[in-house]
Amino acid sequence: MELIWEGLRKALELLLRLDPEVLGITLLSLKVSGIATLLSVALGLGLAVLVALNDFPGKRLVIALMNTGMGLPPVVVGLFVTVLLWRNGPFGFLGILYTPAAIILAQSVIATPIIAGLGLAALQHLPPGLRLQILSLGATRSQMVWLLLKEARLPLLAAVMAGFGGVISEVGASIMVGGNLKGSTRVLTTATVMETSRGNFEIAFALSFILLVLAFTVNALLTHLQQRSGRR
Amino acid sequence: MTRATLLQVRNLKVHRGGAQVLEIPALDLRAGEVLALMGPNGAGKSTLMLTLAGLLPPSEGDLQFGQTILHTRADREVFRRRMTMVFQDPLLFDTTVAQNIASGLKLRGMPAAERKPRVADWAGRLGIEGLLNRSARQLSGGEAQRTALARAFVLQPEILFLDEPFSALDAHAREGLINDLGHILAQTGTTAVISTHDQAEAARLAHRLAVMQEGRIVQIGGLREVMNHPEDPFVAAFVGMETLLKGRVVAGREGLISLRIGKDPASDREVVALGEAQPGQMVLVGVRPEHVSLSLQTDNTSSARNAFVGAVTKVIPRGPFFKVELDCGFFLSAYVTAQSLSELGLEPGRPVVASFKATSVHLIRKEGLDSQL
Repeated sequence: MELIWEGLRKALELLLRLDPEVLGITLLSLKVSGIATLLSVALGLGLAVLVALNDFPGKRLVIALMNTGMGLPPVVVGLFVTVLLWRNGPFGFLGILYTPAAIILAQSVIATPIIAGLGLAALQHLPPGLRLQILSLGATRSQMVWLLLKEARLPLLAAVMAGFGGVISEVGASIMVGGNLKGSTRVLTTATVMETSRGNFEIAFALSFILLVLAFTVNALLTHLQQRSGRR
Repeated sequence: MTRATLLQVRNLKVHRGGAQVLEIPALDLRAGEVLALMGPNGAGKSTLMLTLAGLLPPSEGDLQFGQTILHTRADREVFRRRMTMVFQDPLLFDTTVAQNIASGLKLRGMPAAERKPRVADWAGRLGIEGLLNRSARQLSGGEAQRTALARAFVLQPEILFLDEPFSALDAHAREGLINDLGHILAQTGTTAVISTHDQAEAARLAHRLAVMQEGRIVQIGGLREVMNHPEDPFVAAFVGMETLLKGRVVAGREGLISLRIGKDPASDREVVALGEAQPGQMVLVGVRPEHVSLSLQTDNTSSARNAFVGAVTKVIPRGPFFKVELDCGFFLSAYVTAQSLSELGLEPGRPVVASFKATSVHLIRKEGLDSQL
């Protein structure tokens, strides 16, 4: 118990002192997971809209794959991305392994199916006649898609939160493709793992608290957005 | 009434999942008319309506709006901005009533200042001006459907499609809305197509009536014509011609026909109808229940040619009326008011005299009638 309180005290101290290393790690976590979430929103929602609005052979299989993708283990993603970005791998020429870009890539692979799967469910939950109703009001195809997304905004924002929550908290992929390099690819989760393994429980707790506060803040912002739009 | 044709279809076919669900050789919608589509579930009313509205591309055949044949998706998109549709489910957006009514105008890029007076005008005409700032989620079924209608009318559509717009409403809300819709359609002269199960609804709103069965239009014509002169037993039953009897012509002269009702050749029940027919011909004899009057004794001053003594078998409440079923040696049904019901003391077993005019008897003469009966 004492360790936890000590960790909380340490976290406050590090934050109030604006410890450059901790601040850097925190900002990198936010940046990497934020960009990965945005990329996943674009890709995942795009995919959800395509699948929701079109009938094609194998649609059920695609949906099953999307839903399976929601549970992708981060270490498996980390392994695949590492192999792909490896010096001799197919994308080795990019030279991004052990850079933040590699973490963004891996986290996007993790978050995209989550946002696509939950987004598809949100769109499929809309009344079946709504698409035709919107078209009959004179909407173009893109106006129709926009209105459908707007109607599904509550569950869609929940999907975005789930996606962000999934990547800000994952450690397996970040450590494999990022390498936990000090000052370059060290994020809150990988730093916590490292400090714990070294027995620096106070710092580990401090980093964990910061991570929790960060996750809470971002989700609180998204929740505010969600509930405000829901009241209209 | 000769009116320009606004929308016409030729050789229209729609397939779904390999099966043909709609086949309409020809259908014309005239400017300013209200056409009602009636038929049981699965008859193709909604499919036809979606196709006419350009929301469902036909598998075969053409849709022509004015002078333009709608070939491509782009053609249909242009057409879609000149018509609109209201469904059974109001399908309102999760926002205020005012925003909902304005949504179609907004999609057309109309500035807010121009939208506002129009929205207010149509909200007023549909009696929802007090609800403009209310969330659409808090509306009753009737209020929601009024909002959906305002959202449609504000676009000043050249054609309004109404797909069973009252089916989900309670009797009270439905009554008021049918009234208001009737007034608005008459005032604006909007061309409309409405699908419904309910013959009373069709009778109050439509100029023409099309009865559908299994993806085809079985009969189309003026409202009274189809209601009073159905061409086959299916249409007759569907438009409320509840008494349908098999009869054989026994005599015909000077425009009057005598028909013997029932299979029993010794039956002495003869119905007199207007028309020409050869003795021996088999026909179906139809009488609408509202054309049958009941009394306790034969009234010699009545002009009704047909009068039969019978007994009440059943009394069924039917909205503001009661339906009385009789056994007169053949089945006969009649509508009476609550007052007549109590004055005549109508209850099962009660003997009464049922009478109807020769002009109220409708004959269905069709090839292959025997096999349909």
